[in-house]
Amino acid sequence: MADILNWVDIGPLDGIPVQGARTLQTASDRIAVFRTLDNQVFALLDRCPHKQGPLSQGIVHGHFVTCPLHNMVFSLETGLAQGADDGCAAKMETRLENGMVRVGLTPSQMAKPDAQ
Amino acid sequence: MNFVPAHETASRPRLVVIGNGMAGIRTVEELLSRAPDKYNITVFGAEPRVNYNRIMLSPLLSGEKTFDDIVINPLDWYQHNNILLLSGDPVIHIDRAEKFVISRSGTKTPYDHLLLATGSDPIIIPVPGHKLPGVVTFRDVDDVDTMLAAAENGGEAVVIGGGLLGLEAAVGLQARGMAVTVIHLASHVMERQLDGSAGHLLQEELRRRGITVMTGADTAEICGTDRVTGVSLKDGHHIPASLVVMAVGIRPNGRLANESGVAVERGIVVNDVMATSDPSIHAVGECVQHRGLCYGLVAPLFEMAKSCADDLAGINSTGYGGSVTSTKLKVTGVDVFSAGDFSSGPDCDDIVFRDAGRGVYKRIILFEGRIRGAVLYGDTSDGAWYFQLMKDETDVTDLRNSLAFGQAFAGGSATNPIDAVAALPDNAEICGCNGICKGSIVSAITEKNLTSLDDVKAHTKASASCGSCAGLVESLLAATLGGGYQAASVKPICPCTDHDHDNVRRLIRARALKTMPAVMQELEWKTPDGCHICRPALNYYLLAAWPGDYVDHGASRFINERVHANIQKDGTYSVVPRMWGGLTNPRELRAIADVADKFNIPTVKVTGGQRIDLLGVKKQDLPAVWADLNSAGMVSGHAYGKSLRTVKTCVGQEWCRFGTQMSLGMGVALEKMTWGSWMPHKFKMAVSGCPRNCAEATIKDFGVIATDGGWDLHVGGNGGIHLRATELLCKVTTEAEVREYCGAFIQLYRETARYLERTAPWIERVGLKYVQDRMVEDAQNRATLFARFIESQKTAQIDPWAERATGGVDAHEFKHLTAAE
Ligand code: SRM
Ligand SMILES: Cc1cc2nc3c(=O)[nH]c(=O)nc-3n(C[C@H](O)[C@H](O)[C@H](O)COP(=O)(O)OP(=O)(O)OC[C@H]3O[C@@H](n4cnc5c(N)ncnc54)[C@H](O)[C@@H]3O)c2cc1C
Ligand code: SF4
Ligand code: FES
Repeated sequence: MADILNWVDIGPLDGIPVQGARTLQTASDRIAVFRTLDNQVFALLDRCPHKQGPLSQGIVHGHFVTCPLHNMVFSLETGLAQGADDGCAAKMETRLENGMVRVGLTPSQMAKPDAQ
Repeated sequence: MNFVPAHETASRPRLVVIGNGMAGIRTVEELLSRAPDKYNITVFGAEPRVNYNRIMLSPLLSGEKTFDDIVINPLDWYQHNNILLLSGDPVIHIDRAEKFVISRSGTKTPYDHLLLATGSDPIIIPVPGHKLPGVVTFRDVDDVDTMLAAAENGGEAVVIGGGLLGLEAAVGLQARGMAVTVIHLASHVMERQLDGSAGHLLQEELRRRGITVMTGADTAEICGTDRVTGVSLKDGHHIPASLVVMAVGIRPNGRLANESGVAVERGIVVNDVMATSDPSIHAVGECVQHRGLCYGLVAPLFEMAKSCADDLAGINSTGYGGSVTSTKLKVTGVDVFSAGDFSSGPDCDDIVFRDAGRGVYKRIILFEGRIRGAVLYGDTSDGAWYFQLMKDETDVTDLRNSLAFGQAFAGGSATNPIDAVAALPDNAEICGCNGICKGSIVSAITEKNLTSLDDVKAHTKASASCGSCAGLVESLLAATLGGGYQAASVKPICPCTDHDHDNVRRLIRARALKTMPAVMQELEWKTPDGCHICRPALNYYLLAAWPGDYVDHGASRFINERVHANIQKDGTYSVVPRMWGGLTNPRELRAIADVADKFNIPTVKVTGGQRIDLLGVKKQDLPAVWADLNSAGMVSGHAYGKSLRTVKTCVGQEWCRFGTQMSLGMGVALEKMTWGSWMPHKFKMAVSGCPRNCAEATIKDFGVIATDGGWDLHVGGNGGIHLRATELLCKVTTEAEVREYCGAFIQLYRETARYLERTAPWIERVGLKYVQDRMVEDAQNRATLFARFIESQKTAQIDPWAERATGGVDAHEFKHLTAAE
């Protein structure tokens, strides 16, 4: 879907733990925003393609995350499952500007921003 | 430790071996392989133990190996070969006229042939104070034990002598937590093996590791009245120390031979078949002098062993012709190689290669087109090749320009290690210590169907001594067996590393690695920050090795241990408060009920572990749920942790008509003592009040069953995937003993099991006896294990719920990010 993205600010990089993630609740889904050891930021829908595991709760290593429910490993760069597993986690666009993290949301995600 | 064979065969001549060390026993092995039934053999050893690999005393000191790892011939080898071993009983007299020896215990043993293999004595410089307690040499296991005892209390150590042995001692002591100064007389360390440049690089490396090196330093006095307090130098310097290691050299031990009139000069004089001036006495090892030379490395001694065995077996051979030796320093992470003569002369051609970025220095000294010596620092992979060219006196004129780049380059291709060994000629030496060449290893592999490094060690001895050729042997296995070979001897933790769990654990302690980046850097992790398999394991190993010191790394823990609740299939969490020994009361039950109401918790269930589970809690509610439970006095039950789970109890003597002891109180006491401790895997306990065993103690990691007279302690049970009943560890009488054994057992498990290995598979791997030897038979060790456990608990018993409910720890975990506009 070549949607027009709405870039929203979700706070400073330091709000996300290194080798960790935090979540952003949108109108339609929950997004996992990851920060890697080399201080890059990535985002995936917080829903494992296997059985909906919350990827935000997984262990972050390199540019990968391991799902906490059944240990499938996904690339943060592409969303693709690694190794022998099949599947793809939905990837979201992110930007890091002047230490602030921004996520590109689709119109449906924007519908009713839910800030908890 | 002694083994007495069942019978002697009367008709055989008696061979008496004096010295249960490396050369003596190797000679016996060689003899047995030639003529297994020729002699009745008796071995006297001054040390009270079986034959071990003396070379490996350095890794034993640094903690990279254990004594069991370095034993060469265990007791059943002597037994199997019908050898009478009298260890801990040195020979004090040889009567050559009557042909018998007398040992310290007064045993008189007749011989037909005598083999002297008494090794050498460390030299002690007779400066004032050299006899003070706290001054040791570095020669045998007792010396290592003395050093380890001194290192227990940390403090400062001085090593006198910056040669091979001195530096290995210094690095070992430093790994054990001492502040070490090396005092060396010459202008750079290892001056007999290294030139100034390599010596300098080595000194820099040692300094970088925190070892002080003082060169041109001459000892004046060892100070102290009752024991060592320091060392004074002739230039007036004073260095405080509670331990002084003298490592200034060795002197062949020819005392016995000399007293009995056998010819001794610097060492016991032998001919090419290792016979002394008395034809019925042979000698091998560091104690001998052959063609004017004495040796201090194993390679020549093993050569001597062969010639000597030939002669004793009655085989005619050309005999031993002397050796050219090469040296390697066995300090993990420092590669140093030296061979031959590196003093350059006017007619010599020096090839020098430096790569400062990689810290590499190579120098090859040519004389008349042939290699006369080589010194390598930082990259020693071509050491064996240069050494071979040197021993073969190969004309290397044509290779001169590329010589410094090593064999791969000279060969024109072969850059991977497997191709490189495949390209070697059959007579290329692979194992320097044992003088084993490629051809013999390859034929052993193919003829005997060998598939692992251990197989090759057992059949050829290659890499069985100093071990530095293990990599070459593995490459050779791979080259010979092709795809059929898998380096099975180590099972890496995960694809991020080549190290297995045990190695990583040992190296963390031995090299004092205290952070995860340090481990990954030093042990050459292949990924920038590991993965979900290795990171939790490393985090645990660091936590267990440096309690109180290491800062727990949340991002390396599985989510349950990170947020102190169990994740459910729908992403909600379950919460299990601790119920000590399964005991609860109306107040706690009321608080649980209130919490369930207040937070709309859908399921409340009694668990299989005698407590209550609140299932389906939303992540963001966790801190508030915990705050309410905390205020009713409840703490985390660690239902999620690789840690102490539950202590099941029965009502026992408190109520039950059959109960013989207070099982409930005992269960509560054990849980209060052990909760909060992180372990390799989850750990469950139970206490039953009588042998009816209502608490099911016999399927627990540590189970206690009361009897009339005391308590039976059971270990290694598991009710999970593979049902395993416990084994009886021992019986004790007092409650204090139950606590001490419990803590010591947990600590032994914490220190030696692999991450994610429960006690059941751990005990199946190491054996119940291993556990009993360390904590039942050895009261001293039990006490220290227990003390270490209690020490580590000091920083472990903080309720993680309270820290998060009211202490603000990890607040980001429980709040969503918010979008600004
Ligand atoms: C809650 C409970 C079941 C219950 O409703 O009763 C339970 C629930 C779970 N058990 Fe269990 N086990 C529970 C008692 C047991 C018992 C019985 C006991 O402890 O007396 C056993 C067999 C005894 C044993 O461990 O030897 C048991 C053997 C296992 C195993 C297999 C362990 C093994 O070594 O083979 C696993 C899997 C594992 O740990 O890898 C497991 C794992 C699990 C996990 C943690 C699965 C997971 O990773 O999510 C379940 C978490 C549920 C949750 O979110 O709370 N559970 N589990 C029990 C909690 C006890 C407590 O109060 O802490
Ligand atoms: C810490 C250390 C590191 C080393 N590292 C290396 C290395 O990396 N590479 C290398 O090639 N070499 C190394 N060596 C040297 C190597 O260990 C020796 O060359 C080898 O052990 C000598 O063998 P041996 O049998 O002659 O003497 P030993 O192995 O010392 O055996 C002699 C034995 O005889 C016993 N004995 C002496 N007198 C009597 C008596 N009267 N009655 C009964 N028993 C007696 C002694 O107690 C001793 O156990 C190292 C040595 C040490 C101490
Ligand atoms: S263990 Fe024995 S004494 Fe204790 S409750 Fe069970 S039956 Fe009663
Ligand atoms: S839900 Fe993610 S691996 Fe199964």
